[in-house]
Amino acid sequence: MEVRTTTKGRELAVSLRGELDHHAARDAVTAIERAAEAALPSKLTLDFSGVTFMDSSGIAVAMRAMRRMAALGGMTALVNVPPQAKKVFDAAGIVCRAKEETT
Amino acid sequence: MKKKPDNYIAVEFLSRSVNEGFARAAVAAFAAQLDPTLDELGDVKTAVSEAVTNAIVHAYPDALGKIVLRAGVYNGNVLEITVRDWGRGIADVEKAREPLYTTGGEERSGMGFTIMESFMDKLVVRSKPDKGTVVTMKRAIAPRSGRK
Repeated sequence: MEVRTTTKGRELAVSLRGELDHHAARDAVTAIERAAEAALPSKLTLDFSGVTFMDSSGIAVAMRAMRRMAALGGMTALVNVPPQAKKVFDAAGIVCRAKEETT
Repeated sequence: MKKKPDNYIAVEFLSRSVNEGFARAAVAAFAAQLDPTLDELGDVKTAVSEAVTNAIVHAYPDALGKIVLRAGVYNGNVLEITVRDWGRGIADVEKAREPLYTTGGEERSGMGFTIMESFMDKLVVRSKPDKGTVVTMKRAIAPRSGRK
């Protein structure tokens, strides 16, 4: 799994690429927490457009990021979530924005 | 008596987390003969990932152990998947199956069994403390028109 972070002012964007499972989750969590500590953002956007597979490990990653942002008084958005990952988030009742179809 | 499968595979691997992806890929490749839709394949891969991750995280918390993954086709279109370990076992299966219940700490969401249950048609969990756990899941793959 590849994690790319971009900071713009107090907005942190994290783009995830590859398969987000338990094997990949720890590195993803570490990368997100490090970037959040450095940027102290008021908004975190997690971009799932490059995620080719996600299981419930992704729920734990998203929940940790949300808790961290809540502690910082900021907000978290989950965007560009592909259908397979969205179904997993839906099962946990986590609100996320679906990936827009490009035709 | 249980019917014989039309086809099956069995794979044995060590409880290393890198094998989670391998297990998903193996089942996806085997399931291809049923010509599943992308949605069906996604559901099956997710459920397999949850079952195998449980074995890796919970069955063998402090050591490496053996996991056997079996996938079979029954009655032409029913995919049955079994994930077996010989690890620590689950003392209270009913409790473990509750949504959000986890002993895995912050790294786990407690949604594994809930996802297996809702993404598959049937889920059976048999476990004995210090003997191991067998998770059996079934999913009928809808026949598609134009299929030979």
